Amino acid sequence: MGYVMDRAGFAEVIAALLKDYRIFAPVRKKGAGRFTDVDAVIYDEIRDAGEIELELKSDYAPKEFLTPLSETLLYFTEDEVKESDFDERPVLLFGRSCDLHSLRRLDQIYLNNGPARDPFYERRRKAVRCVLIGCGHSYDNCFCVSMGSNRCDDGYVFSVDLIDDRIHSNVLDGSFIKFFSEVPGAEEKDVLPRFVTENDVKVEIPEEVPREIVRSGLWDEYTSRCINCGRCNFVCPTCTCYTMQDVFYSDNGRAGERRRVGASCMVDGYTDVAGGGQYRRKNGERMRFKVLHKISDFKKRFGYQMCVGCGRCDDICPEYISFSNIINKVNAASREVQA
Amino acid sequence: MMNGNPYLPFASEILDVIRHTGKEYTFRMAFDGEVRPGQFFEVSIPKFGEAPISVSGIGDGIVDLTIRKVGRVTNEVFERYKGQSLLLRGPYGNGFDIGLYRDGEVVVVAGGTGVSPVRGVIQALSEMPDARDKHVVVGFRSPDDMLFREDLKAWAEKLQLTLTVDGAPEGYAGNIGLVTKYIEGLPLKDPASARAIVVGPPPMMKFTIIELQKKGFQDCNITVSHERKMCCGLGKCGHCRVNDTYICLDGPVFNYEFARDFVD
Ligand SMILES: Cc1cc2nc3c(=O)[nH]c(=O)nc-3n(C[C@H](O)[C@H](O)[C@H](O)COP(=O)(O)OP(=O)(O)OC[C@H]3O[C@@H](n4cnc5c(N)ncnc54)[C@H](O)[C@@H]3O)c2cc1C
Ligand code: SF4
Ligand code: SF4
Ligand code: FES
Repeated sequence: MGYVMDRAGFAEVIAALLKDYRIFAPVRKKGAGRFTDVDAVIYDEIRDAGEIELELKSDYAPKEFLTPLSETLLYFTEDEVKESDFDERPVLLFGRSCDLHSLRRLDQIYLNNGPARDPFYERRRKAVRCVLIGCGHSYDNCFCVSMGSNRCDDGYVFSVDLIDDRIHSNVLDGSFIKFFSEVPGAEEKDVLPRFVTENDVKVEIPEEVPREIVRSGLWDEYTSRCINCGRCNFVCPTCTCYTMQDVFYSDNGRAGERRRVGASCMVDGYTDVAGGGQYRRKNGERMRFKVLHKISDFKKRFGYQMCVGCGRCDDICPEYISFSNIINKVNAASREVQA
Repeated sequence: MMNGNPYLPFASEILDVIRHTGKEYTFRMAFDGEVRPGQFFEVSIPKFGEAPISVSGIGDGIVDLTIRKVGRVTNEVFERYKGQSLLLRGPYGNGFDIGLYRDGEVVVVAGGTGVSPVRGVIQALSEMPDARDKHVVVGFRSPDDMLFREDLKAWAEKLQLTLTVDGAPEGYAGNIGLVTKYIEGLPLKDPASARAIVVGPPPMMKFTIIELQKKGFQDCNITVSHERKMCCGLGKCGHCRVNDTYICLDGPVFNYEFARDFVD
C-alpha cells in the first residue's frame, strides 16, 4: 500500500511511531565531515521527523546502531560478572538500499560465522525493523549497481522518498498501514521506492583473484599513500571487526567492565601478538588484506560479495584513495595475468 | 541473563600450579567437558582482559594451561594461587586428530611454548605400541627455559626424543642448536609417508618445514598449528582471519597443504 503526503503529514507519522519505537536515522552534524568545515551525516536517535536527513548520503552507516563503536558487554564487581542491559524497545532503522543489503553481511559474521550466535548483536538485530530511504539519483563514489545492492524489494517495513517536497511511502508491512492511513491529507497511491540503475562509477570484479595479484607490486603505492587512519573501516557498513577491552573504574578499582570497540585492519595493533609479533607491517599489505576481503575472501567463504558499493570509504579518505579504482586495477591486473 | 551467552566465562578452580621457569607456569584447572590437545581457552581476568591459551594437558576433570608471563593479562594470572580460580571460556578451535598419528613414522617438532599444544599428542605417541617410530624434536631458548622437564625424561625412555637449546652456558652437556639442525639426521625409514607436526614461532615453523621438505616429507603429511591475535575465539572479532580462514574456528591446527597458501 502506498501513501503520498506533505512533510507535516510525515511528521505526524513519525510522531506516532515514536510512541512505540526508538528511531535511528541519518542526521546532519555541523563540522563533522572529512574536513572541519564540512558537515557530516551521522546516525543518531531522532525525536522529530525534521531531524531525518533524506537527501544526502550518510557518511556513517546504520551499523552505528547495530555494532556501536564502543559497547559494554560485561560488568565486573568484586565477585560477579553481569551482562550489560539493553533497551528492548523496538527500533526503526533508516537506511538506503546499500545499507539494507549490508545487514546481511553483518548477520553473516555475528550470527552465522562459527557455531555461536553473538547475543549482544542479536538482541539489537532482533529489535530492528528497517525503513528504506529511496535513492532518486546516484551520489559521489557510489557503485551499488555493479555490486547488485542498488535495489531492495523487501526487508523494509515502509519506504520514504522525498520528491518535490512530498513524502512518498510504500508500506510493505501491513501492521504499519495504520500510521499512514489516518494522516489527514495522505493520498493513497501506488508507490515504488526509487532506486538507481546506473552509477558514474562502475567496477568489475574478477571471478577469482589470481595468486600473482596477491603478491604483486600493485599494493606498494598504498604503503606511502595510505596513512592507516582506519576511517575507511569505520564508515564501511560491512566492516565488523572489534577488539576486546577491559577497564577498571578509577574511583573503584574493584569494579570494571569488558567492552568491545570497533577495530580497523588498517590501523597499527590489529595483528599484534605477545613478544612484538606483528603481521602486515606495511600499509600496502593492509590495503591488500582489506580489499581482498571485500571482493574475494568473504565471497569464498560465504558465497556472495561483502562490499555493497556504497562508496563511503572513498568519500571519507583524507588521502583521496579510491577503493573502486583499486578494484578496477585488480581486475585489469588479473586479466593480464590470466591472458 | 542471555541464553548460553558464549562471552560469559565460567569460574574454574586452580587445582595446582607447576613452576617450569620463572616466567612459565602450568595452571592445572578444574574442567569437566570435552576437550582435545591443540584446542585453546580464553583465560579471563576481569578488568584486565582475556588471553587465548592452549590446552597443554588433559586428565580426568582437569585441563592444564601452561602460561608464559608476558603482559597485562598473563601477569595478573601469575598473581593467582592454588585454591583460587580463573575465569575461562572455551574450549575453542579444532585441535589435533590423534588417530592420524597412530600408524607409521611420526615426527613432532616444537619450540618453546609451542610444546604446550602438542604435549597431549606427544603423551599419546609415547603410549602407542610402536612408540619407537615416533620422533620428537623439542627446542628451548636455553636450559633454564625448559618446560615439562618430568615429561621430557619420561618421553626420552619411550620414544625418540631430541632435546636441544638455542644456546647454553659453557659446559652444558646436551644438544645446542635450533631444532632445524636435527631434522636432516632423523633416522626415518620412509620420510615420504611419514607424518609431521610443527608448532612454534612463525620463523621456526617456516624453516622447520623447509627442512622436512628437503628430507622428503610431503606437504599433505605435515600438520601445523598457528597463532594469531584473537579477541573472541568465536569467528566474530576478525583479528585472526587469514584469507578466507578464521584461525580460531577452522584451526588453529591445519594441514600444511592448505596452510601453505596463507598470505597474512
Ligand atoms: C591459539 C593461541 C594459543 C596460545 N597458547 C598459549 C599458551 O599455551 N601459552 C602462552 O603462554 N601463550 C599462548 N598464547 C599467546 C597468549 O595468548 C599471549 O601471550 C597473551 O594473549 C598475552 O596477553 P597479555 O595481556 O598477558 O599480554 P599483552 O602483551 O599485554 O597483550 C596485549 C593484548 O594483545 C593480545 N595478544 C598479545 N599476544 C597475543 C597472542 N600471541 N595471541 C593472541 N593475542 C595476543 C591480547 O589480546 C592482549 O589482550 C596463545 C595464543 C593463541 C592465539
Ligand atoms: S585508505 Fe584512506 S581512509 Fe583508509 S586507512 Fe588509508 S588513509 Fe585512512
Ligand atoms: S568497502 Fe567501501 S564501498 Fe564497499 S561497502 Fe565498505 S565503505 Fe562501502
Ligand atoms: S578470534 Fe575473533 S574471529 Fe577468530
